[in-house]
Amino acid sequence: MASYDYDDSRANYDDPRHAAVPSPAGQDIGYDPNFVPDSVKSFVVHLYRHIREKNVYETHQMYETSFQSLSDRLFKDTPWPSVDAVAHFVDNDHVFCLLYREMWFRHLYARLSPTLKQRIDSWDNYCSLFQVVLHGVVNMQLPNQWLWDMVDEFVYQFQSFCQYRAKMKNKTEQEISLLRQFDQAWNVYGVLNYLQAFVEKSSIIHILEEEKEGLEQFTATDGYDYSGGSSNVLKVLGYFSMVGLLRVHCLLGDYHTGLKCLLPIDISQQGVFTSVIGSHITTIYHYGFANLMLRRYVDAIHEFNRILLYIYKTKQYHQKSPQYEHILKKNEQMYALLAICVSLCPQVKLVDETVNSQLREKYGEKMIRMQRYDEEAFAIYDELFSYACPKFITPSAPSFEEPLVNYNQDAYRLQLKLFLYEVKQQQLLSGVRTFLKVYSTISLGQLAIYMEVDESTLRTILLTYKHKTHAVDSVGKIMSNADVDFYIDDDIIHVVESKPVNRYGDFFLRQIVKLEGLINDLDRVKLD
Amino acid sequence: MGRELQKQPQQEMASAVEQLLAVNPYNPDILPDLENYVNEQVSSETYSLDANLCLLRLYQFEPERMSTQIVARILVKALMAMPAPDFSLCLFLIPERVQMEDQFKTLIILSHYLETGKFRQFWDEAAKNRHIVEAVPGFEQAIQAYAVHVLSLTYQKVPRSVLAEAINIEGLSLDKFLEHQVANSGWILEKGHGKGQLIVIPPNEFNHPELKKKSSDSIPLDHITRIFPILG
Repeated sequence: MASYDYDDSRANYDDPRHAAVPSPAGQDIGYDPNFVPDSVKSFVVHLYRHIREKNVYETHQMYETSFQSLSDRLFKDTPWPSVDAVAHFVDNDHVFCLLYREMWFRHLYARLSPTLKQRIDSWDNYCSLFQVVLHGVVNMQLPNQWLWDMVDEFVYQFQSFCQYRAKMKNKTEQEISLLRQFDQAWNVYGVLNYLQAFVEKSSIIHILEEEKEGLEQFTATDGYDYSGGSSNVLKVLGYFSMVGLLRVHCLLGDYHTGLKCLLPIDISQQGVFTSVIGSHITTIYHYGFANLMLRRYVDAIHEFNRILLYIYKTKQYHQKSPQYEHILKKNEQMYALLAICVSLCPQVKLVDETVNSQLREKYGEKMIRMQRYDEEAFAIYDELFSYACPKFITPSAPSFEEPLVNYNQDAYRLQLKLFLYEVKQQQLLSGVRTFLKVYSTISLGQLAIYMEVDESTLRTILLTYKHKTHAVDSVGKIMSNADVDFYIDDDIIHVVESKPVNRYGDFFLRQIVKLEGLINDLDRVKLD
Repeated sequence: MGRELQKQPQQEMASAVEQLLAVNPYNPDILPDLENYVNEQVSSETYSLDANLCLLRLYQFEPERMSTQIVARILVKALMAMPAPDFSLCLFLIPERVQMEDQFKTLIILSHYLETGKFRQFWDEAAKNRHIVEAVPGFEQAIQAYAVHVLSLTYQKVPRSVLAEAINIEGLSLDKFLEHQVANSGWILEKGHGKGQLIVIPPNEFNHPELKKKSSDSIPLDHITRIFPILG
């Protein structure tokens, strides 16, 4: 086990915005759920009005900025006023109240520590809200940021619930009886089926296909829809739910299915998922992680490299955003994952210079030790994996039989063990690689002497090298991940160094699109 | 993987299950259908990773419904899908305490030998555990196909003895096997210098790297389509 403390009981959850110091269930003595300060009254009244007027810009401002600053100012360690206390300011609007409660719980989870009852209530609120959206009676335009946060928070609260439930040892009798009574709350089938229902009801997969043929607009309008009385809510929730499904499947260890859920989104291009930084990062983080576990290192390196470069260039613009800490945390985790990928598959050429120098700065020394494949090297793989992996969950309900046992680490231990097993299987490959790099041809016998193994063992190592460096892609095609490759003619090994491929074509295509965008922007500028 | 000739009801079952997966993958009620489908895959020598992962997922959600016999069959089928990483994909979903059972330990060892090119040890171990692997028709052939796959990534010319060890066929049977490969897959037999036969494996981009398409020379069409509106 790594020295890194995986257990999330203290440094709470997946991301730092949830890393508040838990105060006892948030029920501070000074908190009166019915007291509504004027600024809150004004906030809900304005937010309600902007939503009704479909003013996405103002809605977004209030959602992103005002909510945050009010929280910082008035509700640092207490919940917001209860929904009942604000309902009459907003005509008791059913949907608005559901949205308000969604934010109310999100704030509670981020700053305080929810009780079991609150977890269950939050689940109920999601059910009510999602039912309304799925039945198509919503006609709002909500900002993408908000819709993304909804999906993100829904999955996060599910993950948090599973972790919480798995710690059975210290549960009170009351908690246990609540868990038994509300066994449908955060049930894994329920969670998956809501996400799946959004994908299906929104016909988002069809819309994305139509868009490829120019029959639909989705990406170009960032998912917003201003025609007639229509709403972007279901469509965009459907879209983000595909990312949500990827994440849930990764949490369950089902990487193949996770990637399949993401397939309708072309991550090589800009899309609605890149319009919200949190969604962009979550998508690529899980995509990369799943590919790492599937041994498709080159795919993982490609995407990690791209997003790390993007974060490097743009993070200054997010400094004031409530997501900033989350961005930094994921950034660090992805560097750790990149360090793992590049150690197993030294395709440094695929990594941009800027990213590479950051990588060396952070993990250069560790990466050298990772090449050694001794106990210390395994400990580093263990440490980086444990630091950077998703917070795996066990989705099944606990056994309520005595003695009550904790099982919150089971899923993580299994994934770690299998990952390290893979690393061990590859342990002799870096040795072969070193020799292959310095010869253009060498006989099996000679190499066997250098590597201090017999010839038939060497043959198995070379087969392993070939097998491990040639991954099977999603359609069953063999893809080479090898930086140094070879072939054997009888008993002579011929080495082939892969040359760096400059993708001029891709570069030009990108620049053409960029230039066109620039010209369009210039055309729109009216000079007096 | 599938055989050319399938009987009608099998096809119906396959498409019925595919339908279930497409419409309602997160539904506990489809568990018995998926279990039947695993047995069906075994007897008809077909394979569906998606269906099997879906079943393992349902077991993960409701461990009390798990049948270890079915899990074992899924794992054997996953071994037969090498070089694809299906075996690991399945293990990721099977709780550790289940993996501790003897039959699974054996399968994990078998997988380890295949992953690390140790075919001699693999065939020895498989011989000791006939009851597990012989329950699934086509097992030997599938592993032999994997062995041939790795050999053809690696060798231009492979010594007969190395091939024999990897596919576990010797003597007259090997002659027959080679005859078949020469006739159908373009293998060529060559006299080695003094120490037995050499088999020339047909060139592919992995054992003849010069055949590899220069990816820098080509741009996929869907990238070009990005600039169609601009060009137009």
